[in-house]
Amino acid sequence: MTTNGHPHIEFRGVSAFYGPKQVLKGISFTVPRNTVLGVIGPANSGKTTMLKAINRTLDFVGGARFTGDVMIKGENVKEMRDANALRRRIGMVFPLPVGLPLSIYENVAYAPRRMGITAKAELDPIVERCLRQSVLWDEVKDRLEMLGTRLSGGQQQRLTLARALSLSPEILCLDEFSIAIDPVTTMRIEEVLKELRKSMTIILVTNLVQQARRLADHTMFLWRGDVIELDSNEVIFSDKPKDRRTYEYVNGIFG
Amino acid sequence: MFACCMLLVLPLLAILAYIFIEAAPVLSLDYLWQNPARRGTQGGLWAPLVGTFYLVIGSLLFVAPIGILAAIYLNEYAREGWLNRVISITVTTLAGVPSIVHALFGLGAFVLTMLPPFNKLFGLDWEGGLLTASLTIAVMTLPVIITASREALGAVPHAFREACWNLGSSRWQTIRTIVLPNSSSGILTGVILEICRAAGETAPILFTGATFFKFIAEGGWEKLFPYGIGEPFMAMSMHLHVISTQIARMPDQMKFGCAAVLIMLILFINSAAIVLRLRMRARKRW
Repeated sequence: MTTNGHPHIEFRGVSAFYGPKQVLKGISFTVPRNTVLGVIGPANSGKTTMLKAINRTLDFVGGARFTGDVMIKGENVKEMRDANALRRRIGMVFPLPVGLPLSIYENVAYAPRRMGITAKAELDPIVERCLRQSVLWDEVKDRLEMLGTRLSGGQQQRLTLARALSLSPEILCLDEFSIAIDPVTTMRIEEVLKELRKSMTIILVTNLVQQARRLADHTMFLWRGDVIELDSNEVIFSDKPKDRRTYEYVNGIFG
Repeated sequence: MFACCMLLVLPLLAILAYIFIEAAPVLSLDYLWQNPARRGTQGGLWAPLVGTFYLVIGSLLFVAPIGILAAIYLNEYAREGWLNRVISITVTTLAGVPSIVHALFGLGAFVLTMLPPFNKLFGLDWEGGLLTASLTIAVMTLPVIITASREALGAVPHAFREACWNLGSSRWQTIRTIVLPNSSSGILTGVILEICRAAGETAPILFTGATFFKFIAEGGWEKLFPYGIGEPFMAMSMHLHVISTQIARMPDQMKFGCAAVLIMLILFINSAAIVLRLRMRARKRW
């Protein structure tokens, strides 16, 4: 379950700030390799900020900073020289669907192209694999030249997922990925995620408590920048999690 | 409101009609190709026309790369802060400075201060000419390019950049592959506006390199490349200014002919900007 003795992802007392406002309050946790960590919690809990600390895109947010250490395979992300190389190891899907103003094909081929993969013979299989994994292939295979921005919200969301998978990342972070996707398609993507976890570690931030229950090995309840509870799903979704607030949130009587 | 709009359009149409009717007797292709003769009272407009062309090219060589790169820096790299605000205010202020002040600045900075040591260093004998006038125009039109480019860059949604960064694409890769291709029409519009100002302004080149009269070759390659970069040159705006005010017994149609050609030139360039903007709207990709 470890990588060279290290957990795949480890947070050590990570605090994050936007200007004077603290959004993560020294959180610590580990994610073992090839597991799915579900993250639940109401809005403004710091879930998205947590993901942005992992791939250091927090660097791009004006006035934002984080203290503490985020370790990937025992390596501190802050000490990595090439943040872009780090980002290429981590697939990110954020809640707002973003199709790049390129064709569907080029949306998926974008990251591989930046890595110097330009031959159609190499790109074609990557594009097809990613679009199949994001359950979009059947809908778009006959119009790959269409602009990605012309797709519907749910389709763009799956396009975003396909893009995130295009470099075969070792970690996949999904932030409310199913928000614009219909339930049937969501179920099909969930099946794919179960396959993907054989080759990657997944952090699944979700407002759908049941989605965490279905997919995650462990689930973390994040509230106002604190980890209230992190345990296996058997405990979190049982009648007796360690913290009352977890029980109340999971059962919809929180607040 | 419709009446107000008409109030805007009517004078323009009246001016255009008046100029073109008065200029009609001289307007011909030959008029464009002939050099001015007898202090501009006869002949055509070739020498000032080609001078304006090189002035535009020269100023673009300086202002386009500097202005566009500055806009990219301000919009894509610079963090919010006092420095960014100071630069923004400077750009706005620069846009409000009257052109005659730019002319005096160009005279002081480029012609009188920089040119002599430059000549000494390289053993040249350049005088105020295409180079110094181009630099002056470049300084004057820098805000035009920067403002238009920043607007064009800012119109590309931030979410596209974030999506690229999340894929490990560097800032520059993101700019090159997503931001610039989707803002190029807007940037080009700024460049075209710059061309219009460079072609139309008289004051900035008055002291910094333009001259009223210069004999240039009547044919051959020298007619296409008549001016050295360190030599005074003729320009349309300057020519119009002098023949309208300084020369006694100037035939009216020569003045109107010059004005008509200058206006046509600028209308033509402006309509290119309009076409570009329309195409940009039609090709909107999100």
